[in-house]
Amino acid sequence: MPVLRDHDAVLPTRCDVAIIGAGLVGSALAQALSGLDCSVVLLEAKGDVGDATSKANTALLHTGFDATPGTLESRLVRRGYELLSAYARQTGIPVERVGAVLVAWSDEEFASLPTLREKAIANGYHDCALIDADEVYRRLPALGPRALGGLTVPDESLICTWTTSLALATDAVQRGTVLALNTTVTSAVVGAGETVLTTSRGSLVATWVVNAAGLGSDVIDQLFGYDRFTITPRRGELLVYDKLARQHVPHIVLPVPSSVGKGVLISPTIYGNVMLGPTAEDLRDRSDSATSESGIDFLLTKGAKIMPSLLEEEVTASYAGLRAASEHKDYVVDVDATQRYAVAGGIRSTGLTASMSIAEYLVAAIRDAGFVATEKTTLPPPPRMPNLGEESLRPFANEAAIAADPAYGEIVCFCERVTTGEIRDALSSVISATSLSGLRRRTRATNGRCQGFYCGADVLARLAIAVEGHS
Amino acid sequence: MLTPDVLIIGAGPSGLSAGTELVKRGHRVLVVEREAVAGGIPRHCAHKGFGIRDLHRVLDGPTYATRLVAAAQRAGVTIWTTAMVTDWSASAGATITSPHGRFLVTPRATILATGARERPRAARLLPGDRPSGIYTTGQLQNSVHLHHQRVGSRAVILGAELVSFSAVLTMREVGCRTVAMVTEHPRPEAYAPVAKAGGLLFRFPVLVGHRVTRIIGRAQLEGIEIENLSTKQRRVIECDTLITSGDWVPDHELARLGGLAMDGRSKSPIVDGGLRTGSPGVFAIGNLVHPVDTGDVAALDGRHVVASVEQWLASMPPMPSTVQLIPAGVLTWVAPGRWGEFVARPSRGRYLGWVGGFARFPRVTVRQAGDVLATRRLPWPAVPGRLFRIPSSLLRDVTISGGDVTIEVK
Repeated sequence: MPVLRDHDAVLPTRCDVAIIGAGLVGSALAQALSGLDCSVVLLEAKGDVGDATSKANTALLHTGFDATPGTLESRLVRRGYELLSAYARQTGIPVERVGAVLVAWSDEEFASLPTLREKAIANGYHDCALIDADEVYRRLPALGPRALGGLTVPDESLICTWTTSLALATDAVQRGTVLALNTTVTSAVVGAGETVLTTSRGSLVATWVVNAAGLGSDVIDQLFGYDRFTITPRRGELLVYDKLARQHVPHIVLPVPSSVGKGVLISPTIYGNVMLGPTAEDLRDRSDSATSESGIDFLLTKGAKIMPSLLEEEVTASYAGLRAASEHKDYVVDVDATQRYAVAGGIRSTGLTASMSIAEYLVAAIRDAGFVATEKTTLPPPPRMPNLGEESLRPFANEAAIAADPAYGEIVCFCERVTTGEIRDALSSVISATSLSGLRRRTRATNGRCQGFYCGADVLARLAIAVEGHS
Repeated sequence: MLTPDVLIIGAGPSGLSAGTELVKRGHRVLVVEREAVAGGIPRHCAHKGFGIRDLHRVLDGPTYATRLVAAAQRAGVTIWTTAMVTDWSASAGATITSPHGRFLVTPRATILATGARERPRAARLLPGDRPSGIYTTGQLQNSVHLHHQRVGSRAVILGAELVSFSAVLTMREVGCRTVAMVTEHPRPEAYAPVAKAGGLLFRFPVLVGHRVTRIIGRAQLEGIEIENLSTKQRRVIECDTLITSGDWVPDHELARLGGLAMDGRSKSPIVDGGLRTGSPGVFAIGNLVHPVDTGDVAALDGRHVVASVEQWLASMPPMPSTVQLIPAGVLTWVAPGRWGEFVARPSRGRYLGWVGGFARFPRVTVRQAGDVLATRRLPWPAVPGRLFRIPSSLLRDVTISGGDVTIEVK
């Protein structure tokens, strides 16, 4: 399979479409475009797919109930929810429909709930319901005191963002996309019928170029002569609590959004943990994913008010993600027919849900703008992804899988119950793990409460053997 | 072996010792261990000092672990390794996942001996970057002693417990120099002679009264920022390795899944002097109930629990009535946390506790129903980060009808 990773691997000299950025949006674009009869190269600056903004978000599959009605984002989140839900069923991306309760803590927030319900309807989502305080506490017994009422959003769901990136990129590669990792684009020269991209892996001639560069999308946009948006990385810090905390949190607990942002939520995670966050802080440094003292203090203060019992539980992990936010209220999704250039920039945290619809929308738009390619007559089936979801059957719990292959009964990471079979698979898959963080995103190994106290050394040893074997 | 008399979960010193004793007394015992090799934490502790109180020898960790395993096997204990209990309750039994398949084991009695682990970086809420080069002592020792992996060359150790000094020794073996030891406590938690010798022998400063405020380094650790708690001054120490040592938390997942009554402070299942939990036929021993004491003390728990297990196997008596032991003063938790008439004397005649403040010559006062039953000044200090031992003779006058007992340490 054409995955270029090593320093000396050579890019094809030309392609019909070059996509810059193998996050969720870039991978979805590659998956969609390689369903057409054309050659696609997916360029990624980092060593893995979905390794920047796409890996550290709240991992929610949004209904789009709270989007701004009439925006492209509203439309694409709604459509993306359908597309990704269906794709998840095909590929085994874990999704858990736990539903959300938006909780009002002040008179002002309580008064705004009916407006939020109307907004949901304007966004095409009709299933929100207003509930009183008693009903809020019936659904969320562990909630802190003084909640006044709430709004339910029954279809808000949990999804595994890591598996989503990987499924889309794997699908794309199986459909013929060349995935070039560790490949940075440094310049673009637009000619009459083609564009020459200079990259750290040599030059690439492409008919069309699609910019899905996330935190770098404004910089790439400038290479095509634009100055229409600036990415301000907005840091979101999150605390992940122990799985034993999950019993307190049957649903996603949302705050009432304010002008400052969506606020701090408490949510179950698809891996069976509980997440508290995110913070929202604008940064300059596009690679700063450190957590901060003030961020952690802020989350603990918020968490203590929303759900005091949560803070009695152990913290399993803390992390920070950078949202690729622009100064615009909507996504920047546009096609320049003259330069045969398209952009999907300023894609905020809703981009996980909208990834496949952004791809669908952009592919239609570039075809309208003159890109000619027919549908491929035969396509490989979409990949079946290893299940990382706590609520669906995992290998350690699957007697048939263990009987067929004892490695699925050999648990190496005790906290997350990851088996040597799963680690072996992740180290030999189409887009294989070559780093500990890549292995974590493919298996959950070492992500648990002990953070490697027991298995860290063993997992690293397995990784080292596999990486040496490749090179 | 799917219906043993006793299922023991965890093949560390306490679980193995309990298994050996119970088999010697004619019971059928299954010990399950999720690691590939039985023996528990001592397997990767290369330093000497194991086996003093139970085997009356001074052994290194791997030798001690090997001896306990061999003794159990000789006695006839069945030990399954790479066998993890993935679901458990006292009524339904234990689901065991292994390469041989999944098995439901329904024993007559269950002993939880799942041990404890160190809180890793995230659980300590240390802010900053998330580079590689940060280990718990457990992972460090696993890496060095079992996998022969390299660590860095300049290490800072967070914590100044006994285990922290053990980390220093481990790193010295692989040529990693300790440049500082950092603790929030106003003095090292380890026994003063050890701390002094450690500092003198290895020539690194023990920075008491400091906390870590930032981890620095995007890919690989480059340094840590620390703050002097009294002056609030901050500075950066360059290092490529950080060991988050000590700060133990019991591995209580099964205890909680099974709905056992838990101590909110130690996060351990609550037991009485006979190491009975609040659930009939379920016992908890070792560092699961007192995070953490040395391996030999855990092993002696394994012997101590035998009386209650045998009583249960013989007659399945109803849950005995007990009174609660409530910690007060600087004492934050005490184990056993309940007192009962059957096996009133805890293992080794000592209650184990944890203190939140330092006392050079602590006074322990035991009260029941407002009456002072005993008060005594102890000759050993109460030190945060180190188990505090309370002689059970102080509880001699406790009565089962007298209500809850307060144990105050000042």
